[in-house]
Amino acid sequence: MSPDFLYFIETVLNGLMSGVMYSLVALGFVLIFKASGIFNFAQGVMALFAALTLVGLLTGQVPFAHLIHAIFGVEAQHWGAGMPALLAVIGTMVVMIALAFLIERIVLKHLVNQEPIILFMATIGLAYFLEGLGDLMWGSDVKALDIGVPSGGSFWWEDVTREWAAEGSDYFGMYIDKLDVTAAIVAAVLVVALSVFSQYTRMGRALRAVADDHQAALSVGISLRTIWVIVWSIAGFVALVAGIMWGSKSGVQFSLSLIALKALPVLILGGFTSIPGAIVGGLIIGVGEKLAELYIGPLVGGAIENWFAYVVALVFLLYRPQGLFGDKIIERI
Amino acid sequence: MADTHTAETSAERALLELNNIEVIYNHVILVLKGVSLSVPKGGIVALLGANGAGKTTTLKAISNLLRAERGDVTKGSIVLKGEHVHDLSPNELVRRGCIQVMEGRHCFGHLSIEENLLTGAYTRRDGGAAIKADLEKVYSYFPRLRERRSSQAGYTSGGEQQMCAIGRALMAKPDMILLDEPSMGLAPQLVEEIFEIVRQLNANEGVTFLLAEQNTNVALKYATYGYILENGRVVLDGDAKSLRENDDVKEFYLGIGGDSHSSFRNVKSYRRRKRWLN
Repeated sequence: MSPDFLYFIETVLNGLMSGVMYSLVALGFVLIFKASGIFNFAQGVMALFAALTLVGLLTGQVPFAHLIHAIFGVEAQHWGAGMPALLAVIGTMVVMIALAFLIERIVLKHLVNQEPIILFMATIGLAYFLEGLGDLMWGSDVKALDIGVPSGGSFWWEDVTREWAAEGSDYFGMYIDKLDVTAAIVAAVLVVALSVFSQYTRMGRALRAVADDHQAALSVGISLRTIWVIVWSIAGFVALVAGIMWGSKSGVQFSLSLIALKALPVLILGGFTSIPGAIVGGLIIGVGEKLAELYIGPLVGGAIENWFAYVVALVFLLYRPQGLFGDKIIERI
Repeated sequence: MADTHTAETSAERALLELNNIEVIYNHVILVLKGVSLSVPKGGIVALLGANGAGKTTTLKAISNLLRAERGDVTKGSIVLKGEHVHDLSPNELVRRGCIQVMEGRHCFGHLSIEENLLTGAYTRRDGGAAIKADLEKVYSYFPRLRERRSSQAGYTSGGEQQMCAIGRALMAKPDMILLDEPSMGLAPQLVEEIFEIVRQLNANEGVTFLLAEQNTNVALKYATYGYILENGRVVLDGDAKSLRENDDVKEFYLGIGGDSHSSFRNVKSYRRRKRWLN
């Protein structure tokens, strides 16, 4: 095989991997949008908050350390050596569920039957609140997250791919990050689990019923409040997974919350209401922007990767606003 | 003594009792101005009246779906099986055996017919086998639903959706179904078919019905008792037979006979009935 072709394959593979990372974020949006018609602007910040909490628990940080110091004058940064990864993940999940519960109690409960735009504004407020809360609890410094997810290239894979290249060509093997591969596997498991849950369980059916018709769901005795707590908890879990993957990759810091912006074109492409759509949309965006950078980039001076996704989204909005897999608008006359 | 005895038995027999309820939307719009009615156990009671008379609001006040529309019962009492249910949420009412089938069907469009029916059993805790048995029972009443069990409800016909909505309510094992405008947008033949099933459900399963209808003719044919609402008030009530033969009802609601009157308001001879609490 020629090195050019191998470069192509490498780009596609890396595109697929980074696409999966986008999908992880997009999934959280889809879950909440489907169940309540709310576009949750805070999804990215939820991922950041989850990652911050996870790091805090892992390293044994004392939450609100600065606040405690300021008020009581007690200097307590650490309470010990931290806890094992699995325990920390479970602890973070408990925090996310508590958060979902509080959001329902404090915000959503009072906004039943309001316009979608009002709910959207509420989530913007929520995003800023969580951002501040995260800083206040765990500090605003950049943290490394390491719960033992494998990362870095694989020498074995580089050796294998070098042998594919033609004799004498200067190809040094393919670089695939193990972290990306792990993320892909995790995302696949997550999607299968979520699909099975929503398709075959009583609660999943109720979630889809609520997504279709709030009023009718109420009338058959489905409690919207319960459903919302569950949905936000699941979205919190997805945010945690996304936070772990992105945090391991690029550190836990404020910019983590901006991954939400990358999820937007993924959603428009895949459809706001489709879980498989979020995955396929992510893959297309990931591969698309990497390939565009490689082949079109040099013609226009590069840096296509940053805006390519948004242009694709724009085209989709013009010709297929419900996305590739979004619910068709059923209209009977 | 004999009097108290009969009073007791009639109170026992009334599954649902509304006493002079008043409903206000958005804190300002008065929609129901004191509606009282009583639904005996095992009866089919019709709530009749024109558009905007307050039929749907009455039903929603009972099932408490009103809250989600910013409406509230501000006066009066709603008693189901001897228990005040005004403050209960809709899901608690469903658990207590009172479920509403909303106007315009409201099936879950993207769920299959069978999934729609299964959502009706959401509040039940008596196990998969019992639910499955009830699913079969619903299919035996509505064979058409069995044929379409795997199609998306959004793509089925209006009649099938109405059957689906009633079947879904049955899956909750209710004692009482509040049926809102079942005839809406359906062909006359289908309307008869649906009402026929209502009668069978009433006779065989012992389900009590309170139904709101504009189609007075059909409703009075199948109901045992009727209330006529106008502008948020009960203006007339009686058993179905006497209503069918009432001259005013004939004129205004059945379209038989009639000279110059245009509303109940203008009928001097008509004795308005009001029931006040205490």
